[in-house]
Order: sequence, then structure tokens, then C-alpha cells
Amino acid sequence: MIKTSNVAELQLIAKQMRREIVEMITHAKSGHPGGSLSAVEILVTLFFDVMRHDPANPKWPDRDRFILSKGHAAPVLYSVMAECGYTPKDQLNTLRKLGSIYQGHPDVRFIPTLEASTGSLGEGLSIGIGMSLAAKLDQRPSRTYVVLGDGEVQEGQIWESAMFGGDKGVDNLVAILDYNHIQLDGFVNDIMPLDPVPDKWRAFNWHAIEVDGHSIPALQAAFAEAATTKGRPTIVVAHTIKGKGVSFMENNPKFHGTAPTEEEMEKALLELA
Amino acid sequence: METKTKFDLKLGMATREAFGRALVDLGRENKNIVALDADLSKSTYTHFFAKEFPERFVECGIAEANMIAIGAGLASSGKIPFAASFSCFAINKGFEQLRVAVAYPNVNLKVVGTHSGISIGEDGPSQMSIEDLGLACSLPGFTVLSPADEVSMRALVFAAAAHIGPVFLRAGRPKAAIVHAADQHFEIGGSVQLTDGKDLTILAHGLLVAEAIRAQEKLEAEGVSVRVIDMYSIKPLDRDAIARAARETRAIVVAEEHLVASGLGVRVAQVVTETHPCPMEFVGIQDTYAESGTPEELMEKYGLVASNVIAASKRVLGRK
Ligand SMILES: Cc1ncc(C[n+]2csc(CCOP(=O)(O)OP(=O)(O)O)c2C)c(N)n1
Ligand SMILES: [Mg+2]
Repeated sequence: MIKTSNVAELQLIAKQMRREIVEMITHAKSGHPGGSLSAVEILVTLFFDVMRHDPANPKWPDRDRFILSKGHAAPVLYSVMAECGYTPKDQLNTLRKLGSIYQGHPDVRFIPTLEASTGSLGEGLSIGIGMSLAAKLDQRPSRTYVVLGDGEVQEGQIWESAMFGGDKGVDNLVAILDYNHIQLDGFVNDIMPLDPVPDKWRAFNWHAIEVDGHSIPALQAAFAEAATTKGRPTIVVAHTIKGKGVSFMENNPKFHGTAPTEEEMEKALLELA
Repeated sequence: METKTKFDLKLGMATREAFGRALVDLGRENKNIVALDADLSKSTYTHFFAKEFPERFVECGIAEANMIAIGAGLASSGKIPFAASFSCFAINKGFEQLRVAVAYPNVNLKVVGTHSGISIGEDGPSQMSIEDLGLACSLPGFTVLSPADEVSMRALVFAAAAHIGPVFLRAGRPKAAIVHAADQHFEIGGSVQLTDGKDLTILAHGLLVAEAIRAQEKLEAEGVSVRVIDMYSIKPLDRDAIARAARETRAIVVAEEHLVASGLGVRVAQVVTETHPCPMEFVGIQDTYAESGTPEELMEKYGLVASNVIAASKRVLGRK
């Protein structure tokens, strides 16, 4: 893979990933488009610019780790991993089919280069902390990146890991909150509001940075700031739009867990041309 | 020669939908009924209840352990709460709370786990529940029910509410074939004999009841006389029905959409060995997690269809 910090190049990959996400979920006839599309810039920036990793040497012990704690957004992870060369691009449209490596939720049994099997919300941050602790024990430069959903952080375990991470000063860990304001039953604010998000994490001794989660330069700056923050973990609160990039999916709770129809896919692909 | 089928096995609603509809009717009769959900009300069908009784609906967000313990508090204050989520999340994330805040003090909470088994299909193992019956049955004092169709689910929602004590109700995602007559009686600790037979008995629950009937029809055509029993009450078990089946048919197959190691089968085996030991075979999920696929593909691949019940029946007959 060719890594790049060039924003225009990263934006091109992001657009390509959005097309892949829409296509693969349409072919699967089920899946979660909204939360996949909201995280595209976060994953592009991490995989193509920020993270130290090598698809040709995937088990490199010094690599950075990535965990998609909100595992239902698997399509965004599959698309970025395929773009990087970890997995075959021409099989993306087998998503969710029997025997496909692209399982409904990330599954290390099918893709051994995944760092964790996720899908039960609330667990990824703890697993990531464990990886960061191991890196410290082994005195390796590895950093861990964990993407969380805003509905997901209602899980109590998130706050156990927040308290732990802050207390233990796990500064080689970055959590990214995909703050898209929608969960399964509807809007986060109607179900269990989170605000003030950064203050909550700061109270737990985290370094909190708020960014526009669709701005690649803003994300790049936030990850650079996290890398120089010592003694505390960082949370990047990424303000995003669920369904970003497809007009009729944007901010529409229906597309949390509904696949587009063929016609909707055509419409979406025109918008993403 | 054409064999006349007694069951047309017409597809009814999913048991999760039957639960959601029954809960609304229950709520109309009894204003102590409260529903809790953890951001899955559209999938568990508690959204019907939420719409009609918004003041009695508690949306907990994605926090199942908290939901179970809040339910325990509501129950301890005289409410009859039904806490619903996917079965794996309600039981697994809430297990410690089910143990210490519910089972141990014998609190009157009803837990409803939808999307049980592997027939949820494409979402895959993280959302599948194949351990739930083993875990729920392991809790002293818990009543555990696994209805096969909309008729039994509806009746058992009412039975669960009338029963004082913790109950786990297991529901499925796909539409379920109707196996029971509309006026069939159901009770905690009961079972329903669907066909009588003398050569062997098939005990099943949930979606496997319809598969057992399909197997029975094929076996009858081959001259094997099969008793089929819907063992919807996993705990307490209808010991008499099991003992009678063991004594009268001398061969038993248990079929279920759950790990064989901890489901209905091992519980039945205990009763059989205590009463009238006879050969048994078990149809269920072996020691493995499943994967993504259509529900039909997965039921086939993991050995949970009529042909598997037939094969197990032949094995058990061979051991008689
Ligand atoms: C423990 C657990 N409970 C419930 C679910 C079902 N579920 C899947 S996605 C989802 C909503 C997630 O919302 P959010 O975290 O905001 O994700 P995003 O908006 O990024 O898609 C729920 C409740 C789950 N996967 N895990
Ligand atoms: Mg969200």
C-alpha cells in the first residue's frame, strides 16, 4: 500500500470507500450503512496516514492496533482494509454471505489480520487498553486506536475502561468517538444524551479533542496532538453525520440498520461519482 | 400413496412479534406491567408497548446490565417489568445482575431475549444466542420458557406475568410456523404432545418443533410411529411427560436451536436416567460458534433441520 498525508488523495480514497460501502450493503440486503459512512474519514486518515502498519507484514509486533469497537460498522473497516491490500477487493460484495470472509461483524476467524472480533457493543475500549498495556510492558512503540459509537458509550463497561485508562495513564491509546447523534432506536438525545462529552472524559483524566470528523486535516492534527500527549490517553470527539455523503441517508435514523434498495444504491452512487 | 398431513405449518409471526403484541394486551389489563428495553425496541417489538404506554416504557439505552438491575428495582416495588433485548445481550451482559439482583432474592422480573439461536442469519455470532438456555437454567428459581410459535408465545407471556418469580422468555427473529391450535392450553412446567407414537419420542422447543413435525411425517410414511412433544417449558420440565415417553417409546431424540452441551437435551437426559433409562440422541449446535449466512443456510449447515432430526431418529432406533 502507498501511504499518504495528502488531503486530496485521502479524500479520493474516502469517496471510493463510500461507494464500496453502499454497494456491499446493497448486495448483502442487510447491514448498517449510516454508522459506516460516518466513520469513513476517521478510518482513511488512520489507515492511510497515521497508523504504523504494513499489510505485507500484518503481524509485525511493533505495528499500531486498530479496533472497531462499534463492530456493526464492519463495512467501513472491510473497505479500508481492502483498499490497503489486507483483503481482496473483488470479494467485498460477498459481505454477509455464507462463507464470505466479510462476515456481518468483524470476525478474526475469517480475517486473521483483524485485531479483535467485535459486535457486542462496549468491549473494544477495554481490549484496546489491554493491547496498550502490553505494548508498554514490551517497550514497543505500538499505539492503539479504538473507534466507539455514541450509542455504544452508554454501556457501563466504557466508563470502567475510561476510569482505568485515565488512572493508568495509557498514553499510547486513542479513542475516537463517532459522534453522529443517532443510535438504533433513534436520536441519542432522545434516548440518553451524552453531553458534555469532552468534560466527562477530562474528568476521568483523558485528554479530549473535539474535531469535525469529516475534516481530514482536523483529524490529522488531532492524532498528531494525541501522539505528543504524555501521561494520559486521548479521546478524539469526532463530530460526524450519520450516513454522510448520501443525501437521503444523512441524519436519517432509518439507515442505521437498513440496506439501500437497488434504486437507492444507484442514486447514492450518482451522488458519490 | 399420499400421506395426509395433520399440520399445515403455515408461517405465523415471529415469536418476538407475538411477544410485543401480547405485551400490549397485557398492559391494557394490568397497569403494573412495565417494559424496559436497551436500544432495540424496534427489533424486540417493545415499541408497540412504548407507543401505547409511553409512561410505562423505560428506554435504558445500550446498557443491558443496568436495565436488568433497574428491572429488579421496579419489580421489588410491585411492578411487573418485562426487560427485553437480544437474548445474548440480556443474558450475557446482564448475567451478574440476573444472578444477584434477580435470582438470588427471587425478584419478579421477566426477561425476554429475542434473536435467539443462529436463525438471526447475517449478523453473525456476536448477536447470536446459543448459550442462553444453559445460563438461564443455571440460575436457581428461574422459570425458562422457549415458545415455538405465536400461539404459545402469546399464552406464555400471560403465564409469565401471572407467575410470581423470575422468568426468562426466549424468542426468535424469523417468522415461525404455527404448530398449535388457537385454543391450546399452556402452563409453566407443561408440555404439549403434538402427535402420539410408540417407536420413539422427539422432544423439541422453539423453531425445532416444526422441524420435528416434518421429521415425524416422513418417518410415519416409512412406518415409524413417532411421538412429538413441544417442551416449551425448559425449566421447570414436565417430568411426567418425559418419563412417560421414555417408558412407552423407549427411545428419545431432543432437538433444539441451542448448544447441545447445555440446552434442553441434557436436562431431559437427567430425567430419563432418573426414571426409565433409554437410548437418546441430540440434535443441536455442537461445540462451535456459527457465522453469517441466511437463516435457512445456517440451520442447514449447523444441523438443525428435519433431515437431521430424521437421521438422529434412525440412530436412536438402531440403538434400541
Ligand atoms: C451490547 C449490544 N447491545 C445492543 C446491540 C445492538 N445494536 C447494534 S448497533 C446499535 C446502535 C449503535 O449505535 P451507535 O453506537 O451510535 O453506532 P453508530 O451510530 O455509529 O452506528 C445497537 C443497539 C449490540 N450490537 N451490542
Ligand atoms: Mg451513533
